[in-house]
Amino acid sequence: MYDLSVITKWIHELLMSFMPGWLATTIECVAIGVALLLVYALLALFYIYFERKVCAAFQCRLGPNRVGPMGLLQSFADMFKMLIKELITLKNIDKFLFALAPYLVIIASMLSFAVLPWGKGLQIIDFNIGIFFLIAVSSIGVLGILLAGWSSNNKFTLIGALRSGAQMVSYELSIGLSVLTMVAFAGTMSVTGIVEAQENLWFIFSGHVPAIIAFVIYLIAGTAETNRGPFDLPEAESELTAGYHTEYSGMHFGFFYLAEYLNLFIVSGVATLLFFGGWMPLHIPGWEGFNQVMDYIPSIVWFVGKAIAISFIIIWFKWSFPRLRIDQLLALEWKYLLPINLFNLVLMVLVIVYGLHF
Amino acid sequence: MANIQEKIAKLFPEATFEDGEILLVNIPDAKWHQLAKCLKEDAELHFDHLVTIVGMDWTDKLGCVYYLNSTKHNTSLSVKVTTDDREKPMIHSVHDVWKIATTFEREVYDFFGIIFINNPDMRRLFLSIDWKGYPLRKDYDMNPEVNPVSLENERQEDTTVSYVEKEDGTIEKKVVEIFAPEDFVVNIGPQHPATHGVLRFRTAVDGETIKKIDFYSGYIHRGIEKICEGLTYPQTLHFMDRMDYFSGQQYHHGLCLAIEKALGIEVSRRAHVIRVMMDELSRIASHCLFLGTFCMDLGATTMLFYTLRVREQILDIMEKTCGARMTFNYGCIGGVMQDLHPDFVKDVKELLAVLPKNIKEYNELFIGNVIAKGRLEKVGVLSREDAISYGVTGPSGRASGWACDVRKTHPYSIYGELDFEEVVYTEGDSMARTKLRIAEIEQSAKILEQLIDNIPEGEYCVKVPKIVKLPAGHYFQLVEGCRGAFGVYIESDGGTSPLRLKLAPPCLPLANVVDHLTQGSKIADLITIGGSLDYIVPDIDR
Repeated sequence: MYDLSVITKWIHELLMSFMPGWLATTIECVAIGVALLLVYALLALFYIYFERKVCAAFQCRLGPNRVGPMGLLQSFADMFKMLIKELITLKNIDKFLFALAPYLVIIASMLSFAVLPWGKGLQIIDFNIGIFFLIAVSSIGVLGILLAGWSSNNKFTLIGALRSGAQMVSYELSIGLSVLTMVAFAGTMSVTGIVEAQENLWFIFSGHVPAIIAFVIYLIAGTAETNRGPFDLPEAESELTAGYHTEYSGMHFGFFYLAEYLNLFIVSGVATLLFFGGWMPLHIPGWEGFNQVMDYIPSIVWFVGKAIAISFIIIWFKWSFPRLRIDQLLALEWKYLLPINLFNLVLMVLVIVYGLHF
Repeated sequence: MANIQEKIAKLFPEATFEDGEILLVNIPDAKWHQLAKCLKEDAELHFDHLVTIVGMDWTDKLGCVYYLNSTKHNTSLSVKVTTDDREKPMIHSVHDVWKIATTFEREVYDFFGIIFINNPDMRRLFLSIDWKGYPLRKDYDMNPEVNPVSLENERQEDTTVSYVEKEDGTIEKKVVEIFAPEDFVVNIGPQHPATHGVLRFRTAVDGETIKKIDFYSGYIHRGIEKICEGLTYPQTLHFMDRMDYFSGQQYHHGLCLAIEKALGIEVSRRAHVIRVMMDELSRIASHCLFLGTFCMDLGATTMLFYTLRVREQILDIMEKTCGARMTFNYGCIGGVMQDLHPDFVKDVKELLAVLPKNIKEYNELFIGNVIAKGRLEKVGVLSREDAISYGVTGPSGRASGWACDVRKTHPYSIYGELDFEEVVYTEGDSMARTKLRIAEIEQSAKILEQLIDNIPEGEYCVKVPKIVKLPAGHYFQLVEGCRGAFGVYIESDGGTSPLRLKLAPPCLPLANVVDHLTQGSKIADLITIGGSLDYIVPDIDR
């Protein structure tokens, strides 16, 4: 497995050799920021295209196929359309909060994006509470949604925002608990540490029953957390037109749209990290030859590939299931997922204490 | 019929009778409310279903004709109540006897200005609140300057009026607030994805819970009944495609039957068979579209494409024969417009071959889904009594246990000879309404199977006079549309155009019952209930 930190280290030393330390660090930060934004935008465009094609396949359609070969440029065309659209200013709204809301949402999603383990040695920040930081910053998003709903001065957006608040706060619990289960298993909160703990066997295999339960719960809660079907109540288009972002136009709407797709990637990325070994290739103990072949595949391909595979499952949910009702949604969380989760945490602790894992 | 007449004559000596296909009772307004109560509550009469209220202007007097059905004895009756006062005509309301009367009376008020005493809601139903005059009166001023097209927003009011009769017989006008001052009112519609058209529900909510719904319609009111009064009978037929645009074939069938009955024309067997087959094909197409859009309302978009596949196939069949995919305009007086396309038999057989597979797929994808069950079961439960009282016919009424299929209760055309079941469920919830439509697709397929190999030879349209003049009198015909019983009332003075053509669509009662069904449920349930009732807005507004 090739360690990408060699490259980053080389760049760092190269910069340090002919300029003062503060300048080198600043240049690195800017470069990383730009790279991050670029990857963010490109991934979002890919996801839009991906979802459209997948959903078209489910619905016996072709999906985008006019702009560019196989419709590949469709998302770019959509992006440019979004960029040149007017930002409509509304009367009787709280202008500051209205403008702030999309940025809060996108910042939350970008910050969590930054913590993901992209490949071996390819990580922006790696600190000992990485996963805790991720959960903390991803919760900022709900603030943006609540503000958007409130400041639009519209009854539909307000109901959408209230639904969203109730939903996200509830499902945050499930996400947190299933992450906690896996953190307990890994014994570290550091993102790199969690990946490296899965070198021999991914957690979903080594943690067997409690890990699988945690994964299922994480997948359900993650779908709810990203406001996607069948949990897309905050923006249920047949009930609340577009929910909390009804009043947004142009790029402000674009931010919500981007954040929604990127949150899908982040949720899948975290699932990859916690259950499927992050960028770690598939290793089967005892199969040395197989493991070696797997190692030739670059780590970044492993990570992105696994994340997209999990996103496919979440997209599959959306295009198959009808939407839940708000009371059913909350009952699912508080009556079923939460107790199962607590029980699962205890089970996991027992598994660890008695060494019942592989 | 004779004993109904005897019984009413004994109880109400003032009543006079006119014989006809349906017995007509003339009753003075003072006794009307008493008679209505008696008609409904007497076990031998038991007229519990108010089919429609036809407002009429006979130039010398104004009045209403009430069409009643008994669900117990399967008998029909009509009652005529008139008033001589043209300045401030008043008739007693029967909203406490049949619940649907509240809305039917509003419609009559809107078009004829007849005030119904004691009706709790005497607003206009379709026209804007500032409309001058009552358009279906014969002395109505059609000058566009009287009611210019407004470029401003329509004026809105949060109050309604009610004319209440006091103990001493005087009538007092009362202004009633629609919503309480503390209500949080959300406008669902007119531009809303789930109202299936421009219909508006003003919804008072408490959090996510619905307290009250004020149903507001008329956004695409085109005055079809008024337009028809100036057209010849063959011309009126064209409007039948433009109400419930999925039941165009059945509505054509209904109006044709009424006109043919009046003219005494006997339609050829071939035309009958073609008409029935077209009716059933439209029914399958309509129910397929219902399933698709309903699932889309619930967030399951994929289903739409699966159901549209079948609908497309039917529309292709229709296109080959009728030349249109939406406004078929196929039925005509004396038969149908043109003969069947040579491919018709082959195409229908192909359709029948793929239907069972598709239905199985729908059941697996949606009906069996656990989320769908949670969303539909026990949601919007309509009891049988309420279904009858609110006049909810069609699949929605049958899901509540009311066997109201006109094809069975008052068989027309060749339905009497065909072997099919009237599917009736008793649950009355949204799930029953959905499943019932799937079952009806199967029954329609059964009818098609019986007919497809037995299309008799003969002429598809019999000879009719060049100029159609209906003998003076009144004619009433009920047919089963895709969404319920569709009634046509024609009153003729012997001329080439009708004196009054009343169309009684099934969707007005369906939209009207939403308030009753949604009280205390969640906003998301409003979408479920509205979707499962499957109303079509142009059919409500006409």
